Formats: sequence, structure tokens, C-alpha cells
Amino acid sequence: MSAPFDITVVGAGPAGIAAAVTAVESGARVLLIDDNPRPGGQIWRGDWNSGREGDWLNRLAASHVQLETSTAAIDERILDKGRKLILATGARELFLPFPGWTLPGVTGVGGLQALIKGGFDVANKRIVLAGSGPLLLACASLAREKGASVMLVAEQSDSAHLRGFTASLWRHPGKLIEGARLGLSLLGSAYKTNCWVESAQGREHVESVQLRHAGRTWQERSVLLATGFGLVPNTELAALLGCHVEDGAVHVGDWQQTSRPSIYAAGELTGIGGVDKSIVEGRIAALAATGREAEARTLFSDRTTWREFAAGLLRTFAPRPEVLSLAAANTPICRCEDIPLSEVAAHGNWRDLKLATRCGMGFCQGRICGSITRALYGYGPNSPRPPAVPAPIQALLEEREL
Amino acid sequence: MPSTITIFVNSKPVPATPETTVAAALLNAGITTFRHSPRHEPRSPLCGMGICMECRVTIDGVPGLRSCQTLCREGMQVQLEVEPA
Amino acid sequence: MKPDVLIVGAGIVGSACAWELSQLGLRVLVIEDEAVGGGATAAGMGHLVVLDGSEAEFELSAASLRLWDQFVARMPEGVEYSRCGTLWVAADQEEMAEAQRKHNFCAAHGVRSEMLDPVQLAETEPNLCPGLAGGLVLPDDGILFAPVAAQWMIRDSKAELLRATVARLEGRRAILADGTVIEAGITVNAAGARAPHITPGIPVTPRKGQLVITDRYPGFIRHEIVELGYLKLAHAASGESVAFNVQPRKNGQVLVGSSRQHGVKTHEIDRHMLERMLRRAIEYLPALPQLAAIRCWTGLRPATPDGRALVGPWPAQPGMYLATGHEGLGITAATATGRLIADYVANRPPIFDATAFLPERCFHA
Ligand SMILES: Cc1cc2nc3c(=O)[nH]c(=O)nc-3n(C[C@H](O)[C@H](O)[C@H](O)COP(=O)(O)OP(=O)(O)OC[C@H]3O[C@@H](n4cnc5c(N)ncnc54)[C@H](O)[C@@H]3O)c2cc1C
Ligand SMILES: Cc1cc2nc3c(=O)[nH]c(=O)nc-3n(C[C@H](O)[C@H](O)[C@H](O)COP(=O)(O)OP(=O)(O)OC[C@H]3O[C@@H](n4cnc5c(N)ncnc54)[C@H](O)[C@@H]3O)c2cc1C
Ligand code: FES
Repeated sequence: MSAPFDITVVGAGPAGIAAAVTAVESGARVLLIDDNPRPGGQIWRGDWNSGREGDWLNRLAASHVQLETSTAAIDERILDKGRKLILATGARELFLPFPGWTLPGVTGVGGLQALIKGGFDVANKRIVLAGSGPLLLACASLAREKGASVMLVAEQSDSAHLRGFTASLWRHPGKLIEGARLGLSLLGSAYKTNCWVESAQGREHVESVQLRHAGRTWQERSVLLATGFGLVPNTELAALLGCHVEDGAVHVGDWQQTSRPSIYAAGELTGIGGVDKSIVEGRIAALAATGREAEARTLFSDRTTWREFAAGLLRTFAPRPEVLSLAAANTPICRCEDIPLSEVAAHGNWRDLKLATRCGMGFCQGRICGSITRALYGYGPNSPRPPAVPAPIQALLEEREL
Repeated sequence: MPSTITIFVNSKPVPATPETTVAAALLNAGITTFRHSPRHEPRSPLCGMGICMECRVTIDGVPGLRSCQTLCREGMQVQLEVEPA
Repeated sequence: MKPDVLIVGAGIVGSACAWELSQLGLRVLVIEDEAVGGGATAAGMGHLVVLDGSEAEFELSAASLRLWDQFVARMPEGVEYSRCGTLWVAADQEEMAEAQRKHNFCAAHGVRSEMLDPVQLAETEPNLCPGLAGGLVLPDDGILFAPVAAQWMIRDSKAELLRATVARLEGRRAILADGTVIEAGITVNAAGARAPHITPGIPVTPRKGQLVITDRYPGFIRHEIVELGYLKLAHAASGESVAFNVQPRKNGQVLVGSSRQHGVKTHEIDRHMLERMLRRAIEYLPALPQLAAIRCWTGLRPATPDGRALVGPWPAQPGMYLATGHEGLGITAATATGRLIADYVANRPPIFDATAFLPERCFHA
């Protein structure tokens, strides 16, 4: 069967949009799919009106890219859609468990941001954000903008690390950083480093959270808690397609090519680095896939800059040992199956753990708990099987259709 | 946010807009428990982005849909396993 | 110290052998290179079912179920045992006649069973499509999660477990991949579909099966539901087939099977077979397409040319016993298999006359 498209792009975040738009501008027939109802990925989320996101989203809207939203790529049939495939499936948040982290009212940091962008009204809500990384600030300033009272932003990283990192920021005038600077100035004393959440209390909903800073612990009452410790790439589909995954990210060469012929990867999927790295990688992948290597080459130095920035990000916000050991014996690690730490801790590898306890066998397919066990013990899910994303049985059927 | 449409949660009307995700509309209506875990602990949206599956609800008769990745539609019927308070 | 017994394979069959042989007071060493219960045992549906394809098959499965009753009473909750029963559905009058025959067979052999007419069938399983002819329920069949059962058997037996790959198993010794030689009083080849890899000449070949598991939908189905055509299809010695076979996991998940492909050794999902299998299931359960699938996987059943397991001494290798070749019934049949091996080793009368399963039938000197 001859493929209906020259290039299929999976994921309509910054990387995927940049790839799709660049490829279509090279004259290719391009299909872009995303499982969300709107394009934009984690950061843009259909925000047409502001700055750079508006630019890319408008370029996408004006282009001949065929966009299919609310559509997930679940297995190898995605390969039949186009001659070449660019994977830009982005990242998810890393959660680290502590007593009470499963209570309603506790969300991710990016999770809260996404919910707010989805219309969750946080006006007059008291919010504590705790975890690590620039996302804390981005979410805090969004929540403020929407009328929430941000009680505290608790950054677990220590101030020495952070000073080094902020000192290097002038070289990277990206959106994320602008947001972070803005956030910092707005927050003032509500921003604490060396500070983390120890537990959340409540019966049906979080009622208070216990925080620790400089040897002191205290509780914040009647709050929502947003918590997250950085990002981890969504490698499931790539792994299912046989692309080599190393240290939790898809391994790519100079042209963003994966270990599988005709499959490229771009953005957070190849290593966490923020929106600018995603865009430049998306463009390089599309240029390489459409035979414009010379132009792609002109973007290499940009890419190097953003990758260095990414490396700094990872060093600065690496979780400290204390936040890796907050869970109590009865704290659920696998939320889908309710498997507590005491049952999870006793195994030496993912498969033993899974077969003995059902950890990772639930509906999230081990995405949440598997990232946790990787952070805690160094192992996680390693045998991808279809569907890459849970999907109705119907979706497994249509031989040719997605 | 001006409410322009109505969805129904366990048959009770809940205001929403077409730009709102079902998860956000439920949270705005004060619903905090979306489902229960196997050990019957209350759960609600965690990731907001289709990964954790804690926001699953039944929509127009189809069980197990991610409310954080579904936009509200006029007249949509959302069913929760528990009666909202 | 030299072990009395060396077992290769900690699947459900090897684990049951380890448990029974330990009861004899023997020192047992089990060698496994994967997780305990990580082979076909982790892939299988875990349906504990009385089959009546032949008198011998009936004896094996019925004896096994009686033993399983004693085991599950002692096993942890994680074994997820549920006595959900089997519902054999009849699509037409011809299959209804088969249901009646089965019913009579059960009655004659002291197994409880109950015929259902179309109305009773619809009441029992409301999600089945209309227009079926009826069915037969065997209420004492059950299901479990076999890897946890295997882990319990190994633990409870106090057998020693060695994580290593056996390169060759000959007579009374195993040669590990790193060259280490381990001698034992006797050996048991319970390496499942890989049995002939370490002992060439064992007539076992892989028969691939695929499964799909859904999210939790408690009450969607209540029994393990199997089409009456299943046995015909399952016992066809070659080729490819699919049959309607669905299971209600204790937690409400629905496990959808089943398919058979002969001689395929790889674990990839076969899209064509998967699709055929699902379409077959949807004919019986029209609401199935809406349920969310979490994972598809495959497993290799250890099949023999005559469809009967290999349980007993292997004449080609003095000192070696075989406990493999159970094809699609190994989880069910593990308990009686373990007991039979122990009976032979202890030289006591077997739990039932299992001559039909003696490997010597396949040995041509
Ligand atoms: C929750 C969250 C919030 C963030 N907030 C910010 C922020 O405020 N500021 C900032 O600078 N950076 C933020 N980031 C970082 C952000 O990930 C990157 O800067 C940027 O969005 C990465 O772009 P991307 O294209 O690589 O991936 P993403 O933006 O993650 O896009 C990937 C897209 O692919 C879709 N997808 C994944 N798998 C499939 C599949 N199998 N089939 C179909 N579609 C699929 C996803 O749903 C998503 O829409 C956030 C990240 C996360 C995870
Ligand atoms: C899709 C499917 C559905 C099924 N459904 C059912 C059902 O509902 N009911 C039922 O009763 N049966 C069912 N079965 C059949 C059942 O799963 C098998 O018959 C049974 O698990 C076989 O158990 P075993 O211990 O012989 O093999 P295995 O579980 O494969 O165990 C063999 C073990 O030996 C190890 N091993 C092999 N070679 C070596 C070596 N050289 N060195 C070290 N270790 C080695 C392997 O790692 C493995 O763990 C099903 C099978 C499939 C595939
Ligand atoms: S909130 Fe996590 S999937 Fe919807």
C-alpha cells in the first residue's frame, strides 16, 4: 500500500508543531496527530493569542498540515500512515510519593497548570506548590494570574545549586526562563528553596500539608497542593516501535533519527530540555526528513545551546535523597492497583515486582509507578506492548485505520 | 468563565463552556472524588494530561474516559460511580 | 551438597513439582533464568477448568482441581482465586447437543453442572448477544493469577532457587550457560516450551496464543465464558484458530482470548490473529468494543504432537523426568502433574492412572 502521507508526526506540542509546519513548508504531505482535543502539547494547549505560541499555532492553522486531534497512536499501524514518522510525544511529570499524595486536591504541578488551562477556576483558592524545577514557577504565576492565593512555592533543590543555574540563565533568554523570572519577582518570600512537602493530611480531600524547611516543619491548612519533581519522556510508543531508548529517553543521531529507519524523534522525548530545545529539534527532524540537511545543519549550534541548558536543568533540579524517601510503608506507589511501598520495596527488578504485586498492571500502564520505581530503585517497565496508550478495543480492530 | 452550556453529572445540571474540559467542569462544580481506588480510597485528577487515568468517568454511556482530555458538550451525560456531594 | 532433585523451570509446573517433591523430604534445587512464573505461566489466562476431551484429560484436570482447592485455601490474596465457574455457550442446536453430552459426562463423573436455556443464559450473562441456543455452567471451575501461585509454591516448598540459565540438561546433571555442572539424584525438565532446547528430542513445540486485558468493568461478565467450539479448535493439531474465551478477573478486568498459532516462536503481537480473535469475541459480546484495552500480550504454550502432556520418566535420559507439554491446560494441570511426578519418584501408586501421559509413548529407541 502506498502511504497517504510523506510524513506523520505524533504529538502536537512545540516539537511536533514545529516539525509538521517545517515539513509542510518543504512541500511534504503531513499528518499531525495528538490525543488531546486541541493542539499545543503541554505548554501551549491551544493558546492562540499570545506571543510565540500564537505564531506557531497560527502557522499550523494556516498550513496544509492535516491535523487530527483526540487521536492516539497506539501501535505499529502508525507506520502505515506515512513514509516517514516523527515522534514528538513529549513528557509527563515525575511524581515522588509521600503520605497523602493520593488524596483529592493533590495534583501535579504541570497537572494543575493543565487543569487551569482546561478551565479549572482557581480564583481565591489557597495553593501550595511543592517539588522541583521551573515548572513550579510557571504554574505559580499562572495560578496567581487566575486569582489564586499562592501560599508557598517549595523548591527542594538547594540554593547553591540554584544560584549557579540562575547565573547561567542570561545566555538562555527563553520563554520558560522569562516565566520563571517573572514568577520569582511576583512571589518574593513565598518562594523557598531547600523546602519540600513531607505529607498531606485529610480524609476525602487534602486538608493540610506538612512542609519542611531548614530543619523546621509546619503545616499549611485549607490548601490545594500541586506537586511534581520534573519531567520524564513519554517513550512508550517509540519503544513499542523498536526505537532504542537509553536512560529513559529516545536515542537520536545528528538528524534526530532514531535507531529505526525512517523514524525520527524530537522534543522532550529525546531528553528533557524545555520548549526551545523541542522547537529546534522538531525543525531539524523535519528538515532532515525532507532532504534539507544543509538547512538543518544551520540549526545545530542552537540545538547544542539548548541541550547544554537542559543538562544544567537536570543537575540543578535533581531530587535530593530526602525527597526520595518520604513514602511510608503504607503509602501507595502504584495508584491504579493500590500497591504500598512495603510491598514494592521487596523486589529486585521490574518484572519480579510486577508479577508478585501487580504494580504497573493497572490502567496507567505503569506510567506513574514505573517512573517512581525508576527514581527510587533504578528500574521500571521495559517490555512495551500495544496499545501504547489505553484505547477502546474498537481501536485495536480497524486494520488500516487509526 | 461565562457558562454557556450545561452538562449533566449523575443527571444533575452543571454549568460549563465548550472550552472547558470535563475534569475542570467537575472540579468547578465542587466534585472532588472522581472515582475510588481498589482499596476504596477517593481519587481525583493528578496529571491533567491523560497519563495517570485518575480522572476516568463514564461519558454518554462510555465507561473509562479521561475527563481531562475531553471537552464539554451541551447535554453531555457524565456518570460518576459515587453520588457527588 | 548435591541436591536430590534438580528442576529446570519455575513455571507453574516446575513449581508444583518442587512443592510435591519437597513434601517427600527431598532436597530440591530449582533453576530458573527469568522471574518465577515468568514464562507461559505469566502469559496464561489461569482458567482452572475440567475438560473432557478424553477420559485421560478429564482425570488429569479433575484431579488437579481437587488439589487446587487445597492450595488456594493456603495461598495469599494476591493469587486472585475466584470460583467463577465456566459457562460453555452454545450458538446453535448442534452445540446445544454437545452441551448436553458434556452435562451427561459430568453427571456420570461426579462433577456438578447445570444446563441453561436461552432465557436463563441471558439472565446469567446479560452482555451476551441475543439468539444463542443456551449453555452449560460448571460452577466449580475457577480462575487465578498463576505467577503468584508459583511463587507461593516455591516459597512454601523451601526448595532452593537458583537464577541461572541451563544450557543443557542430560540425565542426572545440568550444565549451566557459564559451564558450571550441577549433579543431582534426579532431574526434572519443566522448562515449558523451551524443554527441547536443553534436552533435544523432547517432542514439544511452541503454540502461540494472544490475549487482551481491559480496564476494570465489574459485572460485565460473571463466568469464564467459552464457546463450545473451543475444544475442536484447541485440539486441531496444526494451523491457526481463534475461539471466544473471556474471563472476569477478580478485580473486574476482562481478559479476552484466545488464539492458537503453531510453530511461531516469537513474542510479537500478530495483528491479523489479534483482530480475528477480537472479532470472534465481539460476535458474542457486542458491547466489548467500548471497553478500554490496557495491554495485549502473547505466550507460548508447550504443545505435543498428540495433544497430551508429558509427565513421567524420559527413557532417552535415565534419571530425568519430564513435566511439560501441557499446551493450554498447564496451569490447571500443574497440581496433579506435580503430584504424579512425586508419586513416580516415591514409587507409590499414582493419584490416578496417568499412563496416557507417560513420555515413553513418544520414545522410539
Ligand atoms: C505537564 C507539563 C507542563 C509543562 N508546562 C510548561 C510550562 O509552563 N512552561 C514551559 O516552558 N515548559 C513547560 N513544560 C515543558 C514542556 O514539556 C516543553 O517545554 C514542551 O511542551 C515540550 O514540547 P514537546 O513537543 O516535546 O512535548 P509536549 O508538549 O509534551 O507534546 C507532546 C504531545 O504529544 C501527545 N502525545 C503523546 N503520546 C501520544 C500518542 N501516542 N498519540 C497521540 N498523541 C500523543 C501529548 O498528548 C502531547 O500533546 C511542561 C511539561 C509538562 C509535562
Ligand atoms: C494465551 C495463553 C492462555 C492460556 N490459558 C490457560 C488457562 O486458562 N488455563 C490453563 O490451565 N493453562 C492456560 N495456558 C497454558 C499455560 O499457560 C501453560 O500450559 C503453562 O503455563 C505451562 O507451564 P510451564 O511451567 O510448563 O511453562 P512455563 O511457565 O513456560 O515455565 C517454564 C519455565 O522454565 C524456564 N526456563 C526454560 N528454559 C530454561 C533454561 N534453559 N534455563 C533456566 N530456566 C529455563 C522459563 O523461564 C520458564 O519460567 C495458556 C497459555 C497461553 C499462552
Ligand atoms: S488527570 Fe491524569 S489522566 Fe486525566
